[in-house]
Amino acid sequence: MYKILLAGFGGQGILFAGKQLATAGMKADKNVTWLPSYGPEMRGGTCNCSVIVSDTEIGSPLVDNPNIFLCFNLPSYYKFESKVEKDGIMICDSSLISEKSKRTDIKALYIPATELADKAGLSGKANVVILGYLIKASKMFDYDFFKQLMVDSIKEKKPALAEANEKALVLGYNYEG
Amino acid sequence: MSKVLMKGNEVIAEAAIKAGCRLYFGYPITPQTEISETLAKRMPKIGGLCLQAESEIAAINMVLGAASTGNRVLTSSSSPGLSLKSEGVSYIVGSDLPCVIVNVQRGGPGLGGIQPSQADYFQATKALGHGDMHIIVLAPAHVQEIADITMEAFDLADIYRTPVMILADGALGQMMEPVDFESHKSREIPEKTWACNGHQGGRVHNIVNSLYIQPDELEDIVNERFKRYEYIKEHEVKSEEYLTEDADIVIVSFGITSRIAKTAIDRARSEGIKVGLLRPITVWPFPEKAILKLTETAKAFLSLELNKGQMVDDVKLATQFKRPVEFYGRTGGMLPSVDEVYNKIVEMNKTYGRN
Repeated sequence: MYKILLAGFGGQGILFAGKQLATAGMKADKNVTWLPSYGPEMRGGTCNCSVIVSDTEIGSPLVDNPNIFLCFNLPSYYKFESKVEKDGIMICDSSLISEKSKRTDIKALYIPATELADKAGLSGKANVVILGYLIKASKMFDYDFFKQLMVDSIKEKKPALAEANEKALVLGYNYEG
Repeated sequence: MSKVLMKGNEVIAEAAIKAGCRLYFGYPITPQTEISETLAKRMPKIGGLCLQAESEIAAINMVLGAASTGNRVLTSSSSPGLSLKSEGVSYIVGSDLPCVIVNVQRGGPGLGGIQPSQADYFQATKALGHGDMHIIVLAPAHVQEIADITMEAFDLADIYRTPVMILADGALGQMMEPVDFESHKSREIPEKTWACNGHQGGRVHNIVNSLYIQPDELEDIVNERFKRYEYIKEHEVKSEEYLTEDADIVIVSFGITSRIAKTAIDRARSEGIKVGLLRPITVWPFPEKAILKLTETAKAFLSLELNKGQMVDDVKLATQFKRPVEFYGRTGGMLPSVDEVYNKIVEMNKTYGRN
């Protein structure tokens, strides 16, 4: 069972990234839940999102102790780094998070996602860069399956955005830390 | 139809349309505004009406008027809004009109907060309006069930000529899960001979009214309504049981908290603690018989709620005080963690458990 927590500022695409993971889980015939923090968080405060992808029925949709933690800002790092389950994966956007975890019982990964996205002309796509890196690090979904799904979900309404998202995903997937 | 990933609130709106509802009156309030938002987009395209009233009070009285015509009507709000609607709900009950009312609960009292809550349990099940009255109250626990229950709510409202409430909370309203709308089996709906619709002088006109000045006449009418309530109690109670057969401790919990309970139960079971769950799906009528039956095997009960202890009273009454009933809850918009519930189970197991 993947217990995923995504956390950062409102506007970083936390909820969007979470929805991509939940949608992929659903399309892969898994049980999924997506639970956002809501309210003032959506308008610039801290924002987080619990996503569960499971072979069995899901009880609580709330992720207290993630085995995958995608961290998008420093306050979220301080709040959740200690809560990652043993043997879990933590991925930090090192452009925004200067800290490095001292824990040896988790797989802590760092990717300068914001910087990579900005340099590639993909500002605001650090969320998708991190998703690409996650797919490689966790193998939770087949890369091509996930990429196609993400592109298809917005291709018709916003073709330019679909293309940018695809580039960002590739960028994250190919990053050598 | 394949499954789609949708928010609970959006599912309420979509399921209402599937159930044939074409009239919605409401006023925005977090955390349920996606219901209005979805219907504002959808209703004009299918010849329906989504109207944002000037207040909750106006909205519920529009529901009263629209329901008089025999059409399916929906309104939705969150906790403070329900207090404003309560007068109108009583009038709708007094007029024997069907409608569906949604409460996506948030913390209270007063304006309270905007995070998930079950603190309107008393209001929903005991006194949503003045006078001798009840309404049917359904409490879904996952998004697919929201779809099924919303469609079922319209059927129940029409069959029993009563408002039916969907009692959800902010977490269920905001969360997404896969859903399909094809699984619901519609019931047979009696002809609405009471409806005030145009008949061009073809029959004696119908009157919708809740005023009866003669006390004996009003008593007869209330008694007739309570006979219907008795029938509903006999035929419409729904609950789900999970690992209760051999359970020493039975958690009673509805909605989002029942899911937290399930995860905590699975963890406790893996350590040999015999604990199970009874989840009321109808909170009015309450699953009294199912709980009483469990007193034969269970040693104790735990009522788990997002409030300071409301349903726990109904659990005690249902057990007829044959077994101890404890309470655990968080309030103000806080959700208990799985750890908290698990710790409570372990603590109770020391007193009541065999393992």
